Amino acid sequence: MDKHACFHCGLDASTANIVYDEKSFCCQGCKTVYQIFSENDLTCYYDLQNAPGATPKDIEGKYNFLENTKIIEQLLEFNDGATQIVSLYIPHIHCSSCIWILENLNKLNPSISASVVNFGKKTVRITFNAETLSLKNLVTLLSSIGYEPFISLDDYSVGKKHIDRSLIYKLGVAGFAFGNVMFLSFPEYFEVGEFWLEQFKPFFRWLMFAFSLPVVFYSSQDYFISAYKGLRSKILNIDVPIALGVSVLFIRSTVEIMFDIGSGFFDSLTGLIFFLLLGKFFQQKTYAFLSFERDYKSYFPIGITKITTEGKEESVQVYDIEKGDRLLIRNEELIPVDCILIKGQARIDYSFVTGESKTVSKQSGDKLFAGGKQLNGTIEVDVLKSVEQSYLTQLWSNDVFKKDKSLAFTNITNQISKRFTISILIIAVFATTFWLIVDSSKAINVFTSVLIIACPCALALAAPFTFGNVLRILGKKKFYLKNASVIEQLAKIDTIIFDKTGTITANKETSIAYEGISLSKDEEVLLKSTLRGSNHPLSRSLYHLLNEHNILTLDRYEEYLGKGIEAQYKQDSIKIGSAPFVGYTSETATLNTAVHISSNNTYKGKFTFYNAYRKGLSQLFNKLKQDYDLVILSGDNEGEKDNLTKLLPTKTKLLFNQKPEDKLEYIKYHQSEGAHVLMIGDGLNDAGALAQSHVGIAISENVNVFSPACDAILDASKFNELYHYIKASKSAINIIKWSFLLSFLYNCIGLYFAVTGQLEPVVAAILMPLSSISIVAFTTVATNNIPHLTSPKGRKRMPEDE
Amino acid sequence: MSVIYVLLTISIIVAVGFFIAFIVAIRSGQFDDSYTPSVRMLFEDELIKEKSKKSILTKKD
Repeated sequence: MDKHACFHCGLDASTANIVYDEKSFCCQGCKTVYQIFSENDLTCYYDLQNAPGATPKDIEGKYNFLENTKIIEQLLEFNDGATQIVSLYIPHIHCSSCIWILENLNKLNPSISASVVNFGKKTVRITFNAETLSLKNLVTLLSSIGYEPFISLDDYSVGKKHIDRSLIYKLGVAGFAFGNVMFLSFPEYFEVGEFWLEQFKPFFRWLMFAFSLPVVFYSSQDYFISAYKGLRSKILNIDVPIALGVSVLFIRSTVEIMFDIGSGFFDSLTGLIFFLLLGKFFQQKTYAFLSFERDYKSYFPIGITKITTEGKEESVQVYDIEKGDRLLIRNEELIPVDCILIKGQARIDYSFVTGESKTVSKQSGDKLFAGGKQLNGTIEVDVLKSVEQSYLTQLWSNDVFKKDKSLAFTNITNQISKRFTISILIIAVFATTFWLIVDSSKAINVFTSVLIIACPCALALAAPFTFGNVLRILGKKKFYLKNASVIEQLAKIDTIIFDKTGTITANKETSIAYEGISLSKDEEVLLKSTLRGSNHPLSRSLYHLLNEHNILTLDRYEEYLGKGIEAQYKQDSIKIGSAPFVGYTSETATLNTAVHISSNNTYKGKFTFYNAYRKGLSQLFNKLKQDYDLVILSGDNEGEKDNLTKLLPTKTKLLFNQKPEDKLEYIKYHQSEGAHVLMIGDGLNDAGALAQSHVGIAISENVNVFSPACDAILDASKFNELYHYIKASKSAINIIKWSFLLSFLYNCIGLYFAVTGQLEPVVAAILMPLSSISIVAFTTVATNNIPHLTSPKGRKRMPEDE
Repeated sequence: MSVIYVLLTISIIVAVGFFIAFIVAIRSGQFDDSYTPSVRMLFEDELIKEKSKKSILTKKD
């Protein structure tokens, strides 16, 4: 293990010089966690994974709201006074060590009787004794070992979650019946005229009938419901022929065994439903650790500290905040309502709202908007509006958020199924009339056979298996789609709209340019030493940019909040900060953020921070421009306009100063003109636009942490692959079309048997699984070989892009 | 002849038994999280190892 990496969290520990137990740590926090673990015999934590921990954050007072019984009651899963059960979402869960330590919490505190981790969902379900350990202390305990739970307003409103497991039950029932029916129909397949088997034929057949009952009336009910709904709204969806086929199969088989005509098609019936449900199950790929439905509630705190008229602090639920209340916002807390700053220095991080990572300084009397995060000590504010009426949260009252996008379009299978159903019915009618004339005894047999064999099993399986597989492949490539219909929508896109900040620019990286009198070596050393002491994000960025120098121990260092830093070393003094602070008055208003420097009271120059665009941005745009209309909608000012026009293809439209509602309206307008819009954004301010567009993709630097409601989440590192992902969705549609062709081929073969009146149960029992399996095999092989996702050419092209 | 009835009954009882076990497994939430148990089962060994080698463990780095 690296000597200079923190034993607990793996960060660089060379400068901190904290050694305990012959291990180096990056900070006191990490050391403390190690101490806790070693005292409690839990050092095994470090054996499972190297440096698995996180530095515990200071949470003093942050969880005071957990003393409010009303809030506690909403969070608990189970509560009988003494024993309480709570499920907490812990974003840091990432390795086996995390599972181990969280499931051994009882060693840290005997009041905890059980804790079970769900790794996929990153949750831990803790059973504890409320008489000896309060929920607040439990959360404090978790935070003290670096596993701070994330409790948001979302947890408050949902109450007890219900897990829908009906599909797996249905699949289980169908599989069970399918296996048993197959087993019972074996004697029939070989038609051995053996005496005993003849004796038991009726008994076997009635057993098969009994097995198929739960399949028809339970497992396949979704198809009947969907077919009924489709017919009622005059749509011939794919479930219509399926429901028709299933009912004909069941009725004909029942009639056959009742009058001892034949063995019936119970094997095909149960097999059909089993395969169909399997397809559905396969398509239902979900990412347990991602949420596509998030709104502001997922990020807002549950409780906040209110200062009562008597000057006392009291925890209140955020929905109970009223206009005129005085609130206390602590360091790192989110501001839940629009308010006016009364006391304290505010430095607000609006990155949740705008995607902009730079902080904004506010003075007493300034207005603060909901969604900002205070980063600089404690402030007091007066509430202007309640939670629902705040500027940001009002966006969610727009109708866009109440629509279900997937209902609004006909998917590819249903488009085909309309023509398919009609042609099947025509064939059935013609064949029946033909046989009525030739041999009327066969007519009803042919009619039912056509409907049975035409049951579009393979057709219905093509889309779920293709999309399911593409969903999985894209998931591995860090492009997470909400469901299969997103792929279809993505293939139709003709306009792509990008947000600027945080979407095409990288959040963490900024490029910095220096203008002014060049700094001497001594000045540079002093500058770097001064910046080292500051935690301001701009100081941090600047610090990392400057060359390595020896770090001086400063004689004097002072940080003026919201203004800048002043430091002295021997004879030299330096001032770093805003233009007025360093005494530079001739500053003309610029649109970009800048840090000014003066040394020994003479103005030196400024460092200007420019947005750093994501790697491969212009190559991506150049590739996209051939097929799509490109637009950039930015909430920012025009400071970057020149830069962008240079970087991007000339026909890209650039629009600045767009409010969240403006973005939404812009998309709505283009949709009304027939455009299929893909919106790519990242902040909560894009939420409206993401919901309005045909496909809304949220870009996220860390998929576990933050993304507004959307149809897909794209990991920021894969941004330049977007072109390939869109092309892959088109290939997926082509694969489906080919497999439709293949399944029609099977249907033609089947129909030959059906219309000629030779359909034996064995033929159906062979043809149906054969067609289904070959379709599944075809789609799986084809999707695994989509050129844009796999070909070595496509892979190799990427490094050149950069 | 009746032996077939007996055998069939047994086979169906066995099948239904497994089916019930499946339903019970779903109800208990066994299929809700398919990843964590695969990690959890490996911990037992680590615990024993830790106890026997505790003194060595703190020394190495």
